[in-house]
Amino acid sequence: MTVATRVGATLAEKILARASGKPRVTPGQIVTCNLDLVLMHDSSGPRRVESRLKELGAKVFDPSKVVLVSDHYVPATDAEAAEILALTRRWADNNQIAHFYDMQGICHVMLPQQGHLQPGMFAVGGDSHSPTGGAFGTFMVGIGATEMTGVLATGEIWIRVPHTYKLQFDGQLQDGCSAKDIMLMLCATLGMSNDYKVMEYCGSTIDAMNMYERMVLCNMSAELGAKTGIIAADKTTTDWIERTGKTPAEDALSWRSDADCTYEKTYQFDTSALAPMVAAPHSPQNSAPVDTYEPTRMHQAYIGACTGAKLSDLHMAARVLKGRKVAKGTRLLIAPASAKTTEAAAKDGTLATLTEAGAIMLPTGCGACAGMGAGAIANGENCISSTSRNFKGRMGSPNSNVYLASPYTVAASAVAGQICDPRELLKA
Amino acid sequence: MTQQTKGRAWCFGDNIDTDLLAPGPYMKSSLAELASHCLEAIRPEFAGEITTGDVVIGGTGFGIGSSREQAAQALVELGVSAVIARSFARIFYRNALNLGLPVLVCEQAGEIADGDSISVDAEQGLVTNHTQGTSYQCEPIPVELMVIVNAGGLMPYLKQKFSAENGANTE
Ligand code: SF4
Repeated sequence: MTVATRVGATLAEKILARASGKPRVTPGQIVTCNLDLVLMHDSSGPRRVESRLKELGAKVFDPSKVVLVSDHYVPATDAEAAEILALTRRWADNNQIAHFYDMQGICHVMLPQQGHLQPGMFAVGGDSHSPTGGAFGTFMVGIGATEMTGVLATGEIWIRVPHTYKLQFDGQLQDGCSAKDIMLMLCATLGMSNDYKVMEYCGSTIDAMNMYERMVLCNMSAELGAKTGIIAADKTTTDWIERTGKTPAEDALSWRSDADCTYEKTYQFDTSALAPMVAAPHSPQNSAPVDTYEPTRMHQAYIGACTGAKLSDLHMAARVLKGRKVAKGTRLLIAPASAKTTEAAAKDGTLATLTEAGAIMLPTGCGACAGMGAGAIANGENCISSTSRNFKGRMGSPNSNVYLASPYTVAASAVAGQICDPRELLKA
Repeated sequence: MTQQTKGRAWCFGDNIDTDLLAPGPYMKSSLAELASHCLEAIRPEFAGEITTGDVVIGGTGFGIGSSREQAAQALVELGVSAVIARSFARIFYRNALNLGLPVLVCEQAGEIADGDSISVDAEQGLVTNHTQGTSYQCEPIPVELMVIVNAGGLMPYLKQKFSAENGANTE
């Protein structure tokens, strides 16, 4: 759909206009949008909305538009977690939720993996990393559980139309650098209070990226404090959708910002100059190039989460770990982002490389990322992690320290037993 | 909700995140248990010493992180009457209003000192500092959202809406 106006609109504005049934929208305006897709998970989903929906006497507005994933408490580590999962299953059944993925992977990876996302869609998720969907040209934001109740009951939500920042990246990333390093650099450069902004990623670096890497950019837009992240669809996007067995929307490639749209700010970055980045405790904003760190001992290295345990992430780790061993005194834990990720990694030999190096494979799911599953860290311990957040106490003891890095850097640090630049190991 | 509440200011810095407000390891626990660990990683005495009507003051990016609503709910559970900060993370902001917890964006939040006696008029966006004898005008909550706040939160608001639509009563 094209909008006949004199001044161009950003991609986000176009989607919000379409979803709210308006010819165009302006930043600051509050609009009510109809939902194309709703994502829920076991932690913030059924157990939080079931009784509230009952209280309202309301039903799920359209069960075919709801995707439910159990990923936070899987597999159950105690009776309480088991109850949460049982409730999730019962609710899915009672409400005839068409798409329920039970212990199959992390929600933000399941959506694209199963072909649920299309360019131009308007979606919400009961999770703060819902912006991940933006990698597919979808406008997707996270919401809390009370709001989810409202969304399920009405099929709509109010949105304050955000301003868009254009983040342009050109150049070729050095070997050993990845989308994760770009995001850690952005957290340090732009800070974490880019409230209510849409981050639109573009440029030749992004054009060259696969969908997994684009997902990392949009995923960690949450750490920038942004409303969401978004990337206009191209052939890489539509090829992915086709591989899932779905047909890309006819207008998929037309969902992009107009040349004469208004960005609130434009930033340009040369990615060829970027070094691998590490975020020191307890904030992604504390990021600095890996080679500025003093030798810091790591008790644990963790490759996990929607941010850092997709197939491409495991490939990065395997490249570093091939023919090497995890250092004595360090444990490397890997929780693949979905069952399909594990399956693909088994088929192409990646799993063997990881386990031969001494990695311990954990079940698929959110796991230690949010301190809910296996892999918690003790008082005084240091962990380097491919996840997205290193807030105090997130992965275990309030007195533990989490460093964030790319899968390359996490793997290199596992081999060295301390923070380590992966570029050297990749050359050797 | 009373428009004029008076309480002690508890001051925190920038980027107070949802893991500090609602620590992951207690997310399976009851709200009361979870709330008793609210902010303990940076201020262990907070949950035990706060009294009903107290006000939490933040810097920029208050509530950044997870979408977990318990971050706001824990504050409500502890009796916090309002949060005043220079800026809020967007999901936290929505969650708080949806739960009926007034959240006010205030440029001068940094002028409030820990322990100051504060009262908040949420409707007017007016914060009075009795200790320092000053007052601050905050950004007003948009009218579209005041409807939800005035109803006491999103659930009461939706109840009104559904009962009006169904012609049923609200029991
Ligand atoms: S893996 Fe971590 S960041 Fe991703 S959805 Fe799960 S808890 Fe959230």
